Amino acid sequence: MDSHDSHEIAHVMPLKVLFSIFGLLIFFTILTVAIAQLHLGRWEIIISMLIATTKASLVAIYFMHLRYDNPFNAMVFVFSLVFVALFLGFTLVDVEQYQPDLIPVQDPIATGS
Amino acid sequence: MSTTTAPPPEAAPPEHSGGGNDDHGHGHDHGHDPFLAHHFGSAKQQFDAGKFGMWLFLVTEILFFSGLFCAYAVYRSTHPEAFANADQYLDPMLGAANTAVLIFSSLTMAWAVRAAQLGQQQLLVRLLTITLSCASIFLGVKAVEYSHKWDLGILWSSMFNPQLHAHHSPALLVMSIPAMLAVVATAILFGLGKSKQKPVQAKFWGCLLITSLSYFGGVGLGLTVPVIEGMITGETAVEVAEHAAATEHAAVEHAAAENAAVKHAADHTADGAATTAATAGSVEAAAAEQVAIDMTYTGIFFSIYFVMTGLHGIHILAGMGVIAWLLYRSLLGHFGPRYFGPVDFVGLYWHLVDLIWIYLFPLLYLIG
Amino acid sequence: MSDNASRTATAHVHGHSEENYLECAHGWKSWAFTLDHKRIGVMYLVAILASFLLGGVMALVLRAELFTPNKLFLSEDMYNQMFTLHGAVMTFLFLIPSIPAALGNFILPVMLGVKDVAFPRMNLASFYLWVFGAIFFLLAILLGGLDTGWTFYTPYSTTTNTAVITATLGVFILGFSSIFTGLNFMVTINTMRPAGMTWFRMPLFLWSLYATSIIQILATPVLGITGLLLVAERALGIGIFDPARGGDPVLFQHFFWFYSHPAVYIMILPAMGVVSELVSTFSRKTIFGYRFIAYSSIAIALLGFLVWGHHMFVSGQSALAATVFSALTFTVSIPSAIKVFNWLSTMYKGAISLETPMCYALSFIFLFGIGGLTGLYLGALATDVHLHDTYFVVAHFHYVMVGGTLIAFLGGLHYWWPKMFGRMYNETWARVACLIIFVGFNATFFPQFVLGSRGMPRRYARYDGEFIFFHQFSTTGAMILGCGLVLCAGVLVHSLLRGRKAPANPWGGSTLEWKCSSPPPHHNFDWPPVVTEPYQYDHIVYDPEHQGYVEVEDIPEEDEVTGVPVESHT
Repeated sequence: MDSHDSHEIAHVMPLKVLFSIFGLLIFFTILTVAIAQLHLGRWEIIISMLIATTKASLVAIYFMHLRYDNPFNAMVFVFSLVFVALFLGFTLVDVEQYQPDLIPVQDPIATGS
Repeated sequence: MSTTTAPPPEAAPPEHSGGGNDDHGHGHDHGHDPFLAHHFGSAKQQFDAGKFGMWLFLVTEILFFSGLFCAYAVYRSTHPEAFANADQYLDPMLGAANTAVLIFSSLTMAWAVRAAQLGQQQLLVRLLTITLSCASIFLGVKAVEYSHKWDLGILWSSMFNPQLHAHHSPALLVMSIPAMLAVVATAILFGLGKSKQKPVQAKFWGCLLITSLSYFGGVGLGLTVPVIEGMITGETAVEVAEHAAATEHAAVEHAAAENAAVKHAADHTADGAATTAATAGSVEAAAAEQVAIDMTYTGIFFSIYFVMTGLHGIHILAGMGVIAWLLYRSLLGHFGPRYFGPVDFVGLYWHLVDLIWIYLFPLLYLIG
Repeated sequence: MSDNASRTATAHVHGHSEENYLECAHGWKSWAFTLDHKRIGVMYLVAILASFLLGGVMALVLRAELFTPNKLFLSEDMYNQMFTLHGAVMTFLFLIPSIPAALGNFILPVMLGVKDVAFPRMNLASFYLWVFGAIFFLLAILLGGLDTGWTFYTPYSTTTNTAVITATLGVFILGFSSIFTGLNFMVTINTMRPAGMTWFRMPLFLWSLYATSIIQILATPVLGITGLLLVAERALGIGIFDPARGGDPVLFQHFFWFYSHPAVYIMILPAMGVVSELVSTFSRKTIFGYRFIAYSSIAIALLGFLVWGHHMFVSGQSALAATVFSALTFTVSIPSAIKVFNWLSTMYKGAISLETPMCYALSFIFLFGIGGLTGLYLGALATDVHLHDTYFVVAHFHYVMVGGTLIAFLGGLHYWWPKMFGRMYNETWARVACLIIFVGFNATFFPQFVLGSRGMPRRYARYDGEFIFFHQFSTTGAMILGCGLVLCAGVLVHSLLRGRKAPANPWGGSTLEWKCSSPPPHHNFDWPPVVTEPYQYDHIVYDPEHQGYVEVEDIPEEDEVTGVPVESHT
């Protein structure tokens, strides 16, 4: 059987799963737009990033087959996110720390005029 | 020329079958597999290598975009007010529409992988065409957004000059020229394929013609969404943006006026009169300065906006290129249960492009 | 097709030997469109040696200019462009691809026991991307030069009128070339290891290339986006890095060093891998602490991402970040020291033979030791404020990059030269060249430590009279170093023309590449090699008939006095 052959190489995603994931993704998109209308202030970024991460996880786990894939690939993916966090984290900490030392742009020393 | 080229390893006959270093050669007959490269032991090994390679490539893409996310995070954390300001210029409904389009294209792409795995040739061709068309629609909506911003002077830092009213330029038309050319070219090639009775070519260019036309569907979507919004709220999005620009503009003018007043007051101080007026003036001057700073960083927000969405758009274009290649190969019937790696790998790339947009959408359009 | 295949397969069973990779096809097309990793490696080798020559000549011109405190023949602007291009060419065109792309491409699949890397086309693409990147660099020289330093710091790089955009695009393209190589190596090692080749049977050179690939994949894209943003800054004025538009130039340095500090380990890790091979082979002793060396490569690759801020101690970085980065910097010295101690322990009580590659390996350990230890002064916050941007820094990184990477590259080149080209070189003259290089190198750069600690700033075309002695000492050393390198090149070229034919295993190496003929056949092995533990030398004995080492089934009886096997079996 042909389908048996492909099972050997990689997992075939059932249509039901694909459609349900699509439905969930659309639902979360509507949800995040709706929440943005409420203007929740500082919570806004946290909530919308949580929703975005949920959506991204759904895409990665089901559309990108990570759940059925070689776990090493998933590890590589997570690993890259760790390094992104490292890059953003260190840079943000430093930038926020040195903000008080900055010379404003209007200052003639900074603009060189 | 008496030179002979080296036999390309891919074309060279696979010469070891089930040898000592390869113990999964029993079930498969290598000689009959046209898509198994000579240096791989089995189709499974070739697939795993390709897949791992694709994941590593995705890692490089993630880190590539991380620079932009870092720039966003830095400026957002240091100048939140400028970012809140910038939010008014972007229409979340257009962003949401594009998000839905991309998510749908992700669905059809994932489905296309399944079709390839199960050897459903016709379905595969259709799904790839739908995916391509969705990408086109996305670009059409994006073109509408970009041209509105061009008309309003809402551009990157050095060109950031918000106008009170949109001056109507042919920006949208200019941006659509490549798509128009694509329509003409694919239509001609489609016709040629039909007349010369080359069914594969005809089908291929036919699918690409649908793709090119979809761009205008996207433009239409981009133009109608704000109208529908306007019907609901009673104000069009363009007007909203114009209104925002007007507020900004007034603030800047006000600031400039204040500046003049400060100078004036300072002159008076020099004359030895009205010191209190100067203090009052300097308070107002500080406020004006704040507005100017906000405008500077709103400009930087739009630099980041254009670089992020621009690079994402380039990735969409590149993805369309490789999906078109898949389309051609699937018309030739290359993919089936034994060999579907390329569809799977391109699919991964396409999902990553979608995944990046999933973050760009709230960061750029929603968070005020 | 399938008949053909089975015929070829039968021929193999009967032990038919293919022609070697150099002779299996002829004509320029057989090189330009080759997908054979060995030929791509050789093309890379030629290309990087050409850029090394270019960068080296620039270095000699710079040193010659510094022979006198006042102008000799270079104007200040010319000097600025010269040191920028020296740095950029050496870093991006030579050091980064040197060991991985040239030696690694050739050796990795053979050492692993496979026919090719996972993606041969991508491998060729990597080479051509390198060529395009190099063309952009040459264009930058023609279009008004480049005077930003190889670091492209803003805001100077956004305001200077030299060819920053062209050079940055060159860097962007070279970055992709580097990513392709790394990706290929990682996939090859992960998915193509033949039966028997477990992770911990892999030669340490492969571990180091794997660690290098991790860095290439994780760090290089950030350089790509940094370059693109710099191009956009100059071409469009996006203001992200430009203080005149409210941007943050220190942010640029964060972006740049997130790549460029790990890039230092892209340069040194493969060098350490080469040295691990050399030390074990020429001590004829199993490598000491195999797992520690393997893990320390990975540890260096990962820790290398945590320390980039130590380049920015005096750039306006915050005190908090500087303190954290300084502390983390010291952690990198741990895995580096683990390697050095393991090499020394491998040599201890080994049967050391001082053939040319081993001479380079010993030079490496000595020079890398100095380079590494002086790094500690620069990683310490307080001393760095004094030493930053002085010749001390110049000396430090040349000890690591030249004394480390270049010396190991030369060692590896001499080690694998017989395998690559099938010819032996003149051992005596090659050793003399190594000695001259060692002496010349130290004479060039040791005085620079003194210069730097006395306050001589880097990147200056003119200097105060009090520094004359050390500058002239250094320039003299550079000329000696140049002579040594010319001699080394002469020895290698001579071997190509007149060298004796190389045996399959001239050094008694125990890794797989010595089990195929020299040069290797087109598909590397006539039959799949049997993979055993690496670094076992008992069954490899010298055979005077072949003038090389051969494997024997049983350990032969040895002559009690000389230790030379009484009789060797083929």
